[in-house]
Amino acid sequence: MRHLLSTADLAKDEAIELLDTAAQMAATQSREIKKLPTLRGRTVVNLFFEDSTRTRISFETAAKRLSADVINFSAKGSSVSKGESLKDTALTLHAMGADAVVVRHWASGAPYQLAHAGWLDAAVLNAGDGTHMHPTQALLDAYTIRRHLGGHGGGLRRGGDDGVGADLAGLRVAIVGDVLHSRVARANVRLLRTLGAEVTLVAPPTLLPVGVEAWPCRTSYDLDATLADWQPDAVMMLRVQRERMSGGAGAFFPSPLEYTRYFGLDARRLAVLPAHSIVMHPGPMNRGLEISAEAADSDRAVIVEQVANGVAVRMAALYLLLSGSTEGTTL
Amino acid sequence: MSAGTGMPGTPDQPTVPEGTVVLGASDVARALTRIAHEIVERAKGAEDVVLLGIPTRGVTLAARLAQRLASIDPAFDPERDLGELDVTMYRDDLRRQPTRAVGVTRLPAAGIEGKTVVLVDDVLFSGRTIRAALDAIGDLGRPQAVRLACLVDRGHRELPIRPDFVGKNLPTAQTERVRVLLAEVDGTDAVVISGREPGAGAPVAPVAPVAPGAPAVEGGER
Repeated sequence: MRHLLSTADLAKDEAIELLDTAAQMAATQSREIKKLPTLRGRTVVNLFFEDSTRTRISFETAAKRLSADVINFSAKGSSVSKGESLKDTALTLHAMGADAVVVRHWASGAPYQLAHAGWLDAAVLNAGDGTHMHPTQALLDAYTIRRHLGGHGGGLRRGGDDGVGADLAGLRVAIVGDVLHSRVARANVRLLRTLGAEVTLVAPPTLLPVGVEAWPCRTSYDLDATLADWQPDAVMMLRVQRERMSGGAGAFFPSPLEYTRYFGLDARRLAVLPAHSIVMHPGPMNRGLEISAEAADSDRAVIVEQVANGVAVRMAALYLLLSGSTEGTTL
Repeated sequence: MSAGTGMPGTPDQPTVPEGTVVLGASDVARALTRIAHEIVERAKGAEDVVLLGIPTRGVTLAARLAQRLASIDPAFDPERDLGELDVTMYRDDLRRQPTRAVGVTRLPAAGIEGKTVVLVDDVLFSGRTIRAALDAIGDLGRPQAVRLACLVDRGHRELPIRPDFVGKNLPTAQTERVRVLLAEVDGTDAVVISGREPGAGAPVAPVAPVAPGAPAVEGGER
Protein backbone atom coordinates (compact mmCIF):
# COMPACT_ATOMS: atom_id res chain seq x y z
CA MET A 1 0.00 0.00 0.00
CA ARG A 2 1.57 3.28 -1.06
CA HIS A 3 -1.34 5.74 -0.94
CA LEU A 4 -4.85 5.64 0.47
CA LEU A 5 -6.94 7.42 -2.13
CA SER A 6 -10.15 5.50 -2.58
CA THR A 7 -11.97 2.60 -0.99
CA ALA A 8 -12.70 1.28 -4.48
CA ASP A 9 -9.02 0.30 -4.79
CA LEU A 10 -8.94 -1.64 -1.51
CA ALA A 11 -8.97 -5.41 -1.81
CA LYS A 12 -10.82 -7.33 0.86
CA ASP A 13 -7.67 -8.62 2.58
CA GLU A 14 -6.15 -5.13 2.60
CA ALA A 15 -9.31 -3.69 4.12
CA ILE A 16 -9.38 -6.37 6.81
CA GLU A 17 -5.67 -5.85 7.53
CA LEU A 18 -6.39 -2.14 8.01
CA LEU A 19 -9.30 -2.85 10.37
CA ASP A 20 -7.28 -5.42 12.33
CA THR A 21 -4.37 -3.00 12.68
CA ALA A 22 -6.87 -0.37 13.82
CA ALA A 23 -8.08 -2.77 16.52
CA GLN A 24 -4.52 -3.09 17.87
CA MET A 25 -4.09 0.69 17.70
CA ALA A 26 -7.35 1.15 19.59
CA ALA A 27 -6.06 -1.21 22.28
CA THR A 28 -3.03 1.03 22.83
CA GLN A 29 -5.30 4.05 23.27
CA SER A 30 -6.72 2.77 26.54
CA ARG A 31 -3.27 2.79 28.14
CA GLU A 32 -1.91 5.43 30.41
CA ILE A 33 0.87 6.24 27.93
CA LYS A 34 -0.87 6.44 24.58
CA LYS A 35 2.12 7.50 22.53
CA LEU A 36 4.02 4.94 20.47
CA PRO A 37 7.49 5.56 19.02
CA THR A 38 6.61 3.93 15.70
CA LEU A 39 6.84 6.90 13.30
CA ARG A 40 9.52 8.87 15.16
CA GLY A 41 11.23 11.32 12.85
CA ARG A 42 8.64 11.11 10.10
CA THR A 43 6.73 14.20 9.02
CA VAL A 44 3.02 14.23 8.28
CA VAL A 45 1.54 17.30 6.61
CA ASN A 46 -2.17 18.00 6.98
CA LEU A 47 -3.07 19.83 3.79
CA PHE A 48 -6.62 21.12 4.13
CA PHE A 49 -8.15 23.14 1.32
CA GLU A 50 -11.60 22.76 2.85
CA ASP A 51 -12.89 23.35 6.36
CA SER A 52 -12.74 20.42 8.69
CA THR A 53 -12.68 20.00 12.42
CA ARG A 54 -12.90 16.36 13.30
CA THR A 55 -11.01 14.87 10.39
CA ARG A 56 -8.06 17.22 10.78
CA ILE A 57 -7.91 16.86 14.54
CA SER A 58 -8.32 13.11 14.20
CA PHE A 59 -5.43 12.83 11.72
CA GLU A 60 -3.32 15.15 13.85
CA THR A 61 -4.00 13.10 16.98
CA ALA A 62 -3.28 9.86 15.12
CA ALA A 63 0.05 11.12 13.78
CA LYS A 64 1.09 12.49 17.16
CA ARG A 65 0.18 9.27 18.96
CA LEU A 66 2.61 7.54 16.60
CA SER A 67 5.30 10.17 17.39
CA ALA A 68 5.32 11.68 13.90
CA ASP A 69 5.86 15.42 13.49
CA VAL A 70 2.71 17.15 12.26
CA ILE A 71 2.53 20.27 10.17
CA ASN A 72 -0.92 21.76 9.67
CA PHE A 73 -1.60 23.65 6.54
CA SER A 74 -4.96 25.16 5.76
CA ALA A 75 -5.76 27.05 2.61
CA LYS A 76 -7.08 30.01 4.54
CA GLY A 77 -4.25 32.25 5.55
CA SER A 78 -1.71 30.50 3.32
CA SER A 79 -0.24 31.27 -0.08
CA VAL A 80 -3.15 29.40 -1.62
CA SER A 81 -5.29 32.45 -0.92
CA LYS A 82 -2.70 34.42 -2.92
CA GLY A 83 -3.34 32.11 -5.86
CA GLU A 84 -0.69 29.40 -5.45
CA SER A 85 -1.53 26.27 -7.43
CA LEU A 86 -1.79 22.75 -6.02
CA LYS A 87 1.38 21.87 -7.91
CA ASP A 88 3.44 24.63 -6.34
CA THR A 89 2.10 23.78 -2.91
CA ALA A 90 3.06 20.15 -3.51
CA LEU A 91 6.58 21.10 -4.63
CA THR A 92 6.97 23.19 -1.50
CA LEU A 93 5.95 20.22 0.66
CA HIS A 94 8.34 17.99 -1.26
CA ALA A 95 11.19 20.41 -0.64
CA MET A 96 10.37 20.33 3.07
CA GLY A 97 10.64 16.55 3.12
CA ALA A 98 7.12 15.48 4.01
CA ASP A 99 6.76 11.71 4.40
CA ALA A 100 2.98 11.70 4.22
CA VAL A 101 0.46 14.24 3.04
CA VAL A 102 -3.08 14.13 4.33
CA VAL A 103 -5.13 16.10 1.85
CA ARG A 104 -8.67 17.39 1.85
CA HIS A 105 -9.72 19.28 -1.22
CA TRP A 106 -12.96 20.64 -2.63
CA ALA A 107 -12.10 19.19 -6.05
CA SER A 108 -12.79 15.50 -6.64
CA GLY A 109 -9.56 13.82 -7.73
CA ALA A 110 -7.13 16.33 -6.20
CA PRO A 111 -5.50 13.66 -3.97
CA TYR A 112 -5.12 11.38 -6.99
CA GLN A 113 -3.41 14.18 -8.88
CA LEU A 114 -1.13 14.84 -5.93
CA ALA A 115 -0.20 11.16 -5.66
CA HIS A 116 0.36 10.47 -9.34
CA ALA A 117 1.62 13.68 -10.91
CA GLY A 118 5.18 13.09 -9.71
CA TRP A 119 5.33 16.30 -7.68
CA LEU A 120 5.82 14.48 -4.42
CA ASP A 121 7.24 11.17 -3.29
CA ALA A 122 5.27 11.16 -0.05
CA ALA A 123 2.39 8.84 0.76
CA VAL A 124 -0.90 10.58 0.06
CA LEU A 125 -3.93 10.00 2.27
CA ASN A 126 -7.25 11.24 1.00
CA ALA A 127 -9.11 13.02 3.80
CA GLY A 128 -12.07 13.80 1.55
CA ASP A 129 -12.10 15.15 -1.98
CA GLY A 130 -15.14 16.95 -3.36
CA THR A 131 -18.01 14.53 -3.77
CA HIS A 132 -15.70 11.62 -4.58
CA MET A 133 -14.20 9.69 -1.65
CA HIS A 134 -13.46 9.82 2.06
CA PRO A 135 -11.72 6.49 2.67
CA THR A 136 -10.75 6.87 6.33
CA GLN A 137 -14.34 7.78 7.22
CA ALA A 138 -15.60 4.65 5.48
CA LEU A 139 -12.94 2.57 7.24
CA LEU A 140 -13.87 3.91 10.65
CA ASP A 141 -17.54 3.26 9.87
CA ALA A 142 -16.72 -0.31 8.85
CA TYR A 143 -14.58 -0.69 11.98
CA THR A 144 -17.42 0.56 14.17
CA ILE A 145 -19.93 -1.76 12.48
CA ARG A 146 -17.57 -4.70 12.86
CA ARG A 147 -16.94 -3.99 16.54
CA HIS A 148 -20.65 -4.04 17.27
CA LEU A 149 -22.01 -6.51 14.78
CA GLY A 150 -19.06 -8.45 13.35
CA GLY A 151 -20.10 -12.03 12.85
CA HIS A 152 -23.71 -11.19 13.72
CA GLY A 153 -25.11 -11.90 10.30
CA GLY A 154 -23.06 -15.04 9.79
CA GLY A 155 -19.87 -13.21 8.85
CA LEU A 156 -16.57 -14.87 9.70
CA ARG A 157 -15.91 -14.07 13.31
CA ARG A 158 -12.67 -15.76 14.19
CA GLY A 159 -10.82 -13.52 16.57
CA GLY A 160 -11.38 -11.66 19.80
CA ASP A 161 -14.14 -9.47 21.10
CA ASP A 162 -13.78 -6.71 18.56
CA GLY A 163 -14.43 -8.95 15.57
CA VAL A 164 -10.73 -9.02 14.59
CA GLY A 165 -10.20 -10.91 11.37
CA ALA A 166 -13.90 -10.85 10.49
CA ASP A 167 -15.54 -9.32 7.46
CA LEU A 168 -19.07 -7.88 7.34
CA ALA A 169 -20.69 -10.66 5.32
CA GLY A 170 -24.47 -10.75 5.59
CA LEU A 171 -24.86 -7.43 7.40
CA ARG A 172 -27.38 -4.89 6.12
CA VAL A 173 -26.53 -1.22 6.16
CA ALA A 174 -28.96 1.55 5.21
CA ILE A 175 -27.35 4.84 4.20
CA VAL A 176 -29.94 7.60 4.44
CA GLY A 177 -29.98 11.16 3.22
CA ASP A 178 -27.95 13.41 0.97
CA VAL A 179 -26.22 10.77 -1.14
CA LEU A 180 -25.77 13.17 -4.03
CA HIS A 181 -23.21 15.36 -2.28
CA SER A 182 -21.79 12.69 -0.02
CA ARG A 183 -18.29 11.33 -0.42
CA VAL A 184 -18.92 9.38 2.76
CA ALA A 185 -21.73 7.46 1.05
CA ARG A 186 -19.61 6.73 -2.03
CA ALA A 187 -16.68 5.53 0.04
CA ASN A 188 -18.93 3.43 2.25
CA VAL A 189 -20.83 1.75 -0.58
CA ARG A 190 -17.58 0.49 -2.09
CA LEU A 191 -15.94 -0.58 1.15
CA LEU A 192 -18.98 -2.23 2.71
CA ARG A 193 -19.58 -4.12 -0.52
CA THR A 194 -15.93 -5.28 -0.56
CA LEU A 195 -16.35 -6.51 3.00
CA GLY A 196 -19.48 -8.44 2.09
CA ALA A 197 -22.25 -6.24 3.54
CA GLU A 198 -25.41 -5.29 1.67
CA VAL A 199 -26.14 -1.60 1.30
CA THR A 200 -29.38 0.25 0.59
CA LEU A 201 -29.28 3.97 -0.16
CA VAL A 202 -32.39 5.82 0.97
CA ALA A 203 -32.90 9.36 -0.30
CA PRO A 204 -35.34 11.58 -2.12
CA PRO A 205 -34.92 11.20 -5.90
CA THR A 206 -33.36 14.65 -6.11
CA LEU A 207 -30.55 13.65 -3.75
CA LEU A 208 -29.54 10.46 -5.56
CA PRO A 209 -26.84 10.97 -8.18
CA VAL A 210 -27.29 10.16 -11.85
CA GLY A 211 -25.87 6.71 -12.51
CA VAL A 212 -26.53 5.37 -9.00
CA GLU A 213 -28.04 2.23 -10.53
CA ALA A 214 -24.51 1.19 -11.52
CA TRP A 215 -23.32 1.25 -7.90
CA PRO A 216 -23.13 -2.08 -6.08
CA CYS A 217 -26.14 -1.36 -3.86
CA ARG A 218 -29.92 -0.95 -3.90
CA THR A 219 -31.78 2.32 -3.68
CA SER A 220 -35.08 3.29 -2.14
CA TYR A 221 -37.12 6.49 -1.83
CA ASP A 222 -39.02 5.21 1.21
CA LEU A 223 -37.27 5.22 4.59
CA ASP A 224 -40.19 3.72 6.54
CA ALA A 225 -40.52 0.76 4.18
CA THR A 226 -36.76 0.13 4.20
CA LEU A 227 -36.56 0.16 7.99
CA ALA A 228 -39.65 -2.02 8.46
CA ASP A 229 -39.23 -4.53 5.64
CA TRP A 230 -35.48 -4.76 5.16
CA GLN A 231 -34.56 -4.56 8.88
CA PRO A 232 -31.05 -3.07 8.52
CA ASP A 233 -28.38 -3.91 11.12
CA ALA A 234 -26.92 -0.42 10.90
CA VAL A 235 -28.45 2.88 9.84
CA MET A 236 -26.08 5.57 8.70
CA MET A 237 -27.59 9.04 8.54
CA LEU A 238 -25.88 11.48 6.21
CA ARG A 239 -25.64 15.19 6.82
CA VAL A 240 -27.75 17.38 4.55
CA GLN A 241 -24.95 19.40 2.99
CA ARG A 242 -26.61 22.75 2.66
CA GLU A 243 -23.35 24.46 1.79
CA ARG A 244 -23.20 22.42 -1.40
CA MET A 245 -26.82 23.12 -2.32
CA SER A 246 -26.80 26.23 -4.46
CA GLY A 247 -29.94 28.26 -3.93
CA GLY A 248 -30.48 26.85 -0.45
CA ALA A 249 -32.11 23.64 0.63
CA GLY A 250 -35.19 24.47 -1.39
CA ALA A 251 -33.41 23.46 -4.58
CA PHE A 252 -33.49 19.76 -3.62
CA PHE A 253 -36.50 19.36 -1.36
CA PRO A 254 -39.53 21.53 -0.69
CA SER A 255 -38.80 22.30 2.95
CA PRO A 256 -36.61 21.11 5.80
CA LEU A 257 -39.75 20.06 7.67
CA GLU A 258 -40.83 17.82 4.80
CA TYR A 259 -37.35 16.31 4.58
CA THR A 260 -37.45 15.53 8.30
CA ARG A 261 -40.91 13.94 7.98
CA TYR A 262 -39.83 11.60 5.19
CA PHE A 263 -36.12 11.02 5.78
CA GLY A 264 -35.31 12.04 9.36
CA LEU A 265 -34.49 9.41 11.95
CA ASP A 266 -36.62 9.91 15.07
CA ALA A 267 -37.73 7.85 18.05
CA ARG A 268 -40.66 6.31 16.13
CA ARG A 269 -38.45 5.04 13.32
CA LEU A 270 -35.82 3.91 15.83
CA ALA A 271 -38.44 1.65 17.44
CA VAL A 272 -39.00 -0.15 14.11
CA LEU A 273 -35.35 -1.24 13.91
CA PRO A 274 -34.09 -4.63 15.13
CA ALA A 275 -32.93 -4.58 18.77
CA HIS A 276 -29.25 -5.06 17.92
CA SER A 277 -29.10 -2.34 15.27
CA ILE A 278 -26.85 0.70 15.59
CA VAL A 279 -27.28 4.31 14.48
CA MET A 280 -24.37 6.10 12.88
CA HIS A 281 -23.65 9.59 11.62
CA PRO A 282 -20.37 10.87 10.15
CA GLY A 283 -20.91 14.28 11.75
CA PRO A 284 -21.37 17.13 12.05
CA MET A 285 -25.05 16.49 12.74
CA ASN A 286 -27.94 18.77 11.86
CA ARG A 287 -30.03 17.88 14.89
CA GLY A 288 -33.69 18.16 14.09
CA LEU A 289 -33.12 17.84 10.34
CA GLU A 290 -31.77 14.41 9.39
CA ILE A 291 -31.63 13.06 12.94
CA SER A 292 -33.70 13.92 16.00
CA ALA A 293 -32.11 14.53 19.37
CA GLU A 294 -33.73 11.34 20.75
CA ALA A 295 -32.15 9.24 18.00
CA ALA A 296 -28.77 10.97 18.27
CA ASP A 297 -28.62 10.53 22.04
CA SER A 298 -30.14 7.05 22.27
CA ASP A 299 -28.01 4.16 23.47
CA ARG A 300 -28.16 2.70 19.96
CA ALA A 301 -26.23 5.69 18.62
CA VAL A 302 -22.50 5.06 18.24
CA ILE A 303 -21.75 8.52 16.88
CA VAL A 304 -19.27 9.52 19.58
CA GLU A 305 -17.57 6.16 19.35
CA GLN A 306 -17.12 6.71 15.62
CA VAL A 307 -14.96 9.72 16.43
CA ALA A 308 -12.79 7.71 18.83
CA ASN A 309 -12.46 4.90 16.31
CA GLY A 310 -11.41 7.47 13.71
CA VAL A 311 -8.14 8.04 15.58
CA ALA A 312 -7.38 4.30 15.68
CA VAL A 313 -8.22 3.82 11.99
CA ARG A 314 -6.07 6.78 10.97
CA MET A 315 -3.20 5.51 13.12
CA ALA A 316 -3.51 2.20 11.29
CA ALA A 317 -3.52 3.89 7.89
CA LEU A 318 -0.47 6.01 8.76
CA TYR A 319 1.33 2.98 10.17
CA LEU A 320 0.65 0.80 7.14
CA LEU A 321 1.63 3.54 4.69
CA LEU A 322 4.69 4.87 6.49
CA SER A 323 6.35 1.89 8.11
CA GLY A 324 8.00 -0.66 5.92
CA SER A 325 10.51 -0.12 3.18
CA THR A 326 9.46 2.36 0.54
CA GLU A 327 9.26 -0.14 -2.29
CA GLY A 328 5.51 -0.50 -2.06
CA THR A 329 2.87 -0.91 -4.68
CA THR A 330 0.53 1.90 -5.56
CA LEU A 331 -2.99 1.24 -4.55
CA MET B 1 17.05 -36.62 16.40
CA SER B 2 17.94 -37.19 12.82
CA ALA B 3 19.80 -35.17 10.25
CA GLY B 4 17.28 -33.79 7.79
CA THR B 5 19.69 -33.29 4.95
CA GLY B 6 22.16 -35.57 3.30
CA MET B 7 20.20 -38.75 3.94
CA PRO B 8 18.79 -39.74 0.57
CA GLY B 9 16.06 -42.29 0.68
CA THR B 10 15.13 -41.56 4.27
CA PRO B 11 11.86 -39.65 4.37
CA ASP B 12 11.94 -36.83 6.89
CA GLN B 13 9.11 -36.19 9.25
CA PRO B 14 6.79 -34.13 7.08
CA THR B 15 6.59 -31.23 9.53
CA VAL B 16 10.35 -30.83 10.08
CA PRO B 17 11.93 -28.65 7.42
CA GLU B 18 15.35 -29.47 6.10
CA GLY B 19 18.20 -28.76 8.45
CA THR B 20 19.83 -30.27 11.47
CA VAL B 21 17.67 -30.99 14.47
CA VAL B 22 19.64 -29.88 17.50
CA LEU B 23 16.95 -30.22 20.15
CA GLY B 24 14.17 -32.80 20.07
CA ALA B 25 10.82 -32.76 21.81
CA SER B 26 12.14 -34.23 25.08
CA ASP B 27 15.08 -31.78 25.12
CA VAL B 28 12.70 -28.85 24.72
CA ALA B 29 10.50 -30.17 27.53
CA ARG B 30 13.46 -30.64 29.89
CA ALA B 31 14.86 -27.21 29.09
CA LEU B 32 11.51 -25.55 29.82
CA THR B 33 11.15 -27.43 33.11
CA ARG B 34 14.63 -26.33 34.16
CA ILE B 35 13.91 -22.71 33.19
CA ALA B 36 10.70 -22.80 35.21
CA HIS B 37 12.59 -23.97 38.28
CA GLU B 38 15.25 -21.32 37.76
CA ILE B 39 12.60 -18.60 37.51
CA VAL B 40 11.06 -19.69 40.82
CA GLU B 41 14.47 -19.97 42.45
CA ARG B 42 15.59 -16.56 41.26
CA ALA B 43 12.33 -14.84 42.25
CA LYS B 44 12.18 -16.76 45.57
CA GLY B 45 8.72 -18.06 44.73
CA ALA B 46 6.39 -17.28 41.86
CA GLU B 47 4.05 -14.91 43.65
CA ASP B 48 4.88 -11.70 41.82
CA VAL B 49 6.04 -13.29 38.59
CA VAL B 50 4.36 -12.30 35.33
CA LEU B 51 5.24 -14.13 32.13
CA LEU B 52 5.09 -12.11 28.91
CA GLY B 53 5.55 -14.04 25.68
CA ILE B 54 6.84 -12.28 22.57
CA PRO B 55 4.89 -13.34 19.44
CA THR B 56 4.72 -15.70 17.93
CA ARG B 57 6.64 -18.67 19.39
CA GLY B 58 7.41 -16.85 22.61
CA VAL B 59 3.70 -16.73 23.42
CA THR B 60 3.45 -20.51 23.11
CA LEU B 61 6.58 -21.02 25.17
CA ALA B 62 5.28 -18.66 27.85
CA ALA B 63 2.04 -20.64 28.04
CA ARG B 64 4.02 -23.85 28.57
CA LEU B 65 6.24 -22.21 31.18
CA ALA B 66 3.13 -20.95 32.94
CA GLN B 67 1.84 -24.51 33.34
CA ARG B 68 5.16 -25.61 34.80
CA LEU B 69 5.37 -22.62 37.15
CA ALA B 70 1.88 -23.36 38.42
CA SER B 71 2.82 -26.95 39.20
CA ILE B 72 5.97 -25.81 41.03
CA ASP B 73 4.36 -22.98 42.97
CA PRO B 74 0.54 -22.82 43.26
CA ALA B 75 0.81 -19.09 43.95
CA PHE B 76 1.28 -18.68 40.18
CA ASP B 77 -1.99 -18.65 38.25
CA PRO B 78 -1.45 -19.44 34.56
CA GLU B 79 -4.68 -17.61 33.69
CA ARG B 80 -3.95 -14.51 35.70
CA ASP B 81 -0.18 -14.04 35.39
CA LEU B 82 0.38 -14.77 31.71
CA GLY B 83 0.34 -12.24 28.89
CA GLU B 84 1.71 -11.48 25.48
CA LEU B 85 3.68 -8.47 24.36
CA ASP B 86 3.76 -7.40 20.72
CA VAL B 87 6.82 -5.27 20.04
CA THR B 88 6.20 -4.45 16.36
CA MET B 89 5.56 -0.76 16.92
CA TYR B 90 8.75 -0.42 18.98
CA ARG B 91 11.11 -2.05 16.49
CA ASP B 92 14.03 -0.08 15.06
CA ASP B 93 13.97 -1.81 11.67
CA LEU B 94 10.43 -0.89 10.56
CA ARG B 95 11.74 1.13 7.64
CA ARG B 96 14.10 -1.60 6.44
CA GLN B 97 11.53 -4.33 6.07
CA PRO B 98 8.16 -4.80 4.42
CA THR B 99 5.32 -3.59 6.59
CA ARG B 100 4.75 -5.89 9.54
CA ALA B 101 1.32 -6.73 10.84
CA VAL B 102 0.76 -5.43 14.36
CA GLY B 103 0.10 -8.24 16.83
CA VAL B 104 -1.93 -8.49 19.99
CA THR B 105 -0.67 -7.20 23.32
CA ARG B 106 -2.49 -8.75 26.25
CA LEU B 107 -1.45 -7.95 29.79
CA PRO B 108 -2.53 -9.53 33.07
CA ALA B 109 -5.51 -7.67 34.50
CA ALA B 110 -3.44 -6.53 37.48
CA GLY B 111 -0.87 -4.97 35.15
CA ILE B 112 2.88 -5.26 35.54
CA GLU B 113 3.43 -2.52 38.10
CA GLY B 114 5.81 -3.78 40.78
CA LYS B 115 5.88 -7.32 39.38
CA THR B 116 8.81 -9.41 38.24
CA VAL B 117 8.27 -9.60 34.50
CA VAL B 118 9.86 -12.52 32.69
CA LEU B 119 10.04 -11.95 28.94
CA VAL B 120 9.87 -15.20 27.00
CA ASP B 121 11.23 -15.52 23.45
CA ASP B 122 12.19 -18.48 21.33
CA VAL B 123 15.57 -17.51 19.84
CA LEU B 124 17.79 -14.77 21.26
CA PHE B 125 19.95 -13.34 18.51
CA SER B 126 20.75 -9.66 17.88
CA GLY B 127 18.92 -8.53 21.01
CA ARG B 128 16.96 -5.92 19.08
CA THR B 129 13.61 -7.55 19.71
CA ILE B 130 14.35 -7.51 23.43
CA ARG B 131 15.35 -3.85 23.28
CA ALA B 132 11.99 -3.14 21.64
CA ALA B 133 10.26 -5.21 24.33
CA LEU B 134 12.00 -3.24 27.09
CA ASP B 135 10.78 0.00 25.51
CA ALA B 136 7.26 -1.41 25.25
CA ILE B 137 7.32 -2.43 28.92
CA GLY B 138 8.49 1.04 29.86
CA ASP B 139 5.31 2.44 28.33
CA LEU B 140 3.11 -0.08 30.13
CA GLY B 141 4.28 0.34 33.68
CA ARG B 142 7.22 0.04 36.04
CA PRO B 143 7.92 -3.56 36.94
CA GLN B 144 10.06 -4.38 39.96
CA ALA B 145 12.42 -6.28 37.65
CA VAL B 146 12.52 -7.52 34.08
CA ARG B 147 14.15 -10.88 33.29
CA LEU B 148 14.67 -12.65 30.03
CA ALA B 149 14.09 -16.31 29.26
CA CYS B 150 14.80 -17.82 25.86
CA LEU B 151 14.82 -21.36 24.57
CA VAL B 152 17.87 -20.87 22.36
CA ASP B 153 20.68 -18.34 22.65
CA ARG B 154 22.50 -18.33 19.34
CA GLY B 155 24.89 -15.49 20.08
CA HIS B 156 25.75 -12.55 17.79
CA ARG B 157 24.33 -9.87 20.05
CA GLU B 158 24.28 -6.36 18.63
CA LEU B 159 23.20 -4.76 21.90
CA PRO B 160 24.34 -5.21 25.50
CA ILE B 161 21.56 -7.64 26.41
CA ARG B 162 22.03 -10.91 28.28
CA PRO B 163 19.46 -13.60 29.01
CA ASP B 164 18.77 -14.71 32.57
CA PHE B 165 17.40 -18.14 31.69
CA VAL B 166 18.59 -20.08 28.64
CA GLY B 167 17.35 -23.42 27.35
CA LYS B 168 20.35 -24.04 25.14
CA ASN B 169 23.39 -22.05 24.05
CA LEU B 170 23.87 -22.74 20.39
CA PRO B 171 27.01 -21.48 18.63
CA THR B 172 26.00 -20.57 15.10
CA ALA B 173 27.32 -18.82 12.04
CA GLN B 174 25.76 -15.56 10.90
CA THR B 175 24.43 -17.19 7.73
CA GLU B 176 22.64 -20.01 9.52
CA ARG B 177 18.99 -20.00 10.36
CA VAL B 178 17.71 -21.27 13.70
CA ARG B 179 14.07 -22.19 13.96
CA VAL B 180 12.08 -23.28 16.97
CA LEU B 181 9.18 -25.54 16.08
CA LEU B 182 6.43 -26.04 18.62
CA ALA B 183 3.65 -28.58 18.57
CA GLU B 184 0.91 -25.96 19.00
CA VAL B 185 2.01 -24.07 15.89
CA ASP B 186 4.11 -26.44 13.80
CA GLY B 187 2.83 -29.86 14.84
CA THR B 188 6.12 -30.95 16.41
CA ASP B 189 8.66 -29.81 19.00
CA ALA B 190 12.18 -29.27 17.70
CA VAL B 191 14.96 -26.75 17.28
CA VAL B 192 16.36 -26.85 13.74
CA ILE B 193 19.46 -25.24 12.22
CA SER B 194 19.52 -24.82 8.47
CA GLY B 195 21.80 -23.07 6.02
CA ARG B 196 24.88 -24.64 7.62
CA GLU B 197 27.73 -24.75 5.13
CA PRO B 198 28.90 -28.33 4.47
CA GLY B 199 32.26 -29.07 6.03
CA ALA B 200 32.21 -25.89 8.05
CA GLY B 201 33.13 -27.95 11.05
CA ALA B 202 30.48 -26.38 13.25
CA PRO B 203 29.32 -28.73 15.94
CA VAL B 204 26.27 -30.82 15.29
CA ALA B 205 24.04 -31.77 18.19
CA PRO B 206 24.71 -32.27 20.97
CA VAL B 207 26.42 -28.92 21.39
CA ALA B 208 28.76 -28.42 24.28
CA PRO B 209 27.13 -26.13 26.83
CA VAL B 210 28.41 -22.58 26.92
CA ALA B 211 28.10 -20.35 29.95
CA PRO B 212 25.28 -17.81 29.60
CA GLY B 213 26.54 -14.58 28.17
CA ALA B 214 29.70 -16.13 26.81
CA PRO B 215 30.78 -14.36 23.66
CA ALA B 216 29.78 -16.11 20.49
CA VAL B 217 32.37 -16.90 17.90
CA GLU B 218 30.56 -15.49 14.91
CA GLY B 219 27.42 -13.47 14.15
CA GLY B 220 24.15 -14.70 12.67
CA GLU B 221 20.57 -13.93 11.75
CA ARG B 222 17.60 -15.84 12.94
